[in-house]
Amino acid sequence: MPIHYGSQVEEHNCVRTAAGVFDVSHMTVIDVDGEDATAYLQRLLANNVAKLKVLGAALYSAMLDENGGVLDDLIVYKTTSGYRLVVNCATRVKDLKWMAKHASGFSISVQERPNLSILAVHGPLAISIVCKILEKNEFLGNDSGEKVRTLKNFQSIKLNDWFVARTGYTGELGLEVILPSEQAPSFWDALLDEEVKPVGLGARDTLRLEAGMNLYGNDMDENTSPLSANMNRTIAWEPDDREFIGRDALKNHQLEQKAGNLAVLVGLVMEARGVLRNGQKIICTELSGEIAEGFITSGSFSPTLKHSIALARIPANTESCQVLIRDNLIPLRIVEPGFVRFGKKIFT
Amino acid sequence: MTSYPENLKYMRSHEWVRVESNGEAVVGISDHAQAALGDIVFVELPEVGTIVHLRNEIAVVESVKAASDVYSPVSGEITAINEELLETPEMVNKVPYDGGWFYRIQLSDETELDDLMDAETYSDFCDEN
Repeated sequence: MPIHYGSQVEEHNCVRTAAGVFDVSHMTVIDVDGEDATAYLQRLLANNVAKLKVLGAALYSAMLDENGGVLDDLIVYKTTSGYRLVVNCATRVKDLKWMAKHASGFSISVQERPNLSILAVHGPLAISIVCKILEKNEFLGNDSGEKVRTLKNFQSIKLNDWFVARTGYTGELGLEVILPSEQAPSFWDALLDEEVKPVGLGARDTLRLEAGMNLYGNDMDENTSPLSANMNRTIAWEPDDREFIGRDALKNHQLEQKAGNLAVLVGLVMEARGVLRNGQKIICTELSGEIAEGFITSGSFSPTLKHSIALARIPANTESCQVLIRDNLIPLRIVEPGFVRFGKKIFT
Repeated sequence: MTSYPENLKYMRSHEWVRVESNGEAVVGISDHAQAALGDIVFVELPEVGTIVHLRNEIAVVESVKAASDVYSPVSGEITAINEELLETPEMVNKVPYDGGWFYRIQLSDETELDDLMDAETYSDFCDEN
């Protein structure tokens, strides 16, 4: 996947206003099947796969180590034979090792699916275009379009050896299509014939940042508590007796959080000229009046909003903050992470 | 296809300068530079009247990828800036040698121009780097 196919900003805008396709085949698809698949993933993941009541349902989860550090973030889909996980690319080897290490005692099969490709098609026109293509006889034909059109958010469907999900990483409507790699080029071409534009990694990053979504390795990693990465809602504490890996450590993180000692991941907005960038130091004034430091985990110019936005990890009791850019201290606004959804500004 | 107009002189840090008939010159950044930077989202320009010396930092370009300083390829006094860039910085990407100019400068030492590269030398320089 290139950084861009021409202009990152044009690709970004295309997803916000029409439709773009991302070749995210570098991501890792892992199928977990077998009679203990549920029990295994309930141990492995901080979110609870038992929440997935219907076939095709999806959820987002962290995979933690014993210290409560984030090993990876992923999507799990409920399939007829078990579960399908889509994990990051850079974490692939680590994840597979970790999953194998914790598989003993469970009657499961963990199978990577390297022969599948993933094309994510997002934007206000994405779903209707994908459905129109799927209905063609050279693809899935018949009523496949209607089945996909009626998918709800965070639902997926298996159609022959294709897998289509209403999930994504942009804050727009869209689909992630997991398909046999040999069919990916013709599907890609069909999308381009319908005026869907190829979108690179650069726009993928600005789109997900506008949507307020974390990027593994930037916004959290093994040294980060999910509670310090705006992932609280993805931790399934109930039932009390589900002993997922990292649970005990997270209890301590919770105590620290209550004491105000755990840094938080916030959204930052800078309407002045200039660009917030990863790693920039944030100068925070705490409620006590003390000065402390935070840092930007993901920062960029927002093509939709036409000013800078960022995710930053700052002390929990920060009252106000500023960034130093070329000798100027510029005040920043602290907002909930999440800046743009369905093409519109969502923070106040 | 990267373009290198013949009527300009170029500096190693990818600024171009075009000498006008009245002893002034126009300065911008090259097609090669704008392509390397990617989509430009902000341009910071000097104030009119600023005295600038050869190779001083005189402007800043921020693209989606990176912030980059612009160095003056000549010494002199800034006589005009391209205020359109403040609102439409993407002009630098689209027309780097035309509407994407940065500033006009009254040259204080025309011999400095002799040390700049012509189009062919600059094109070779870009190919090598």
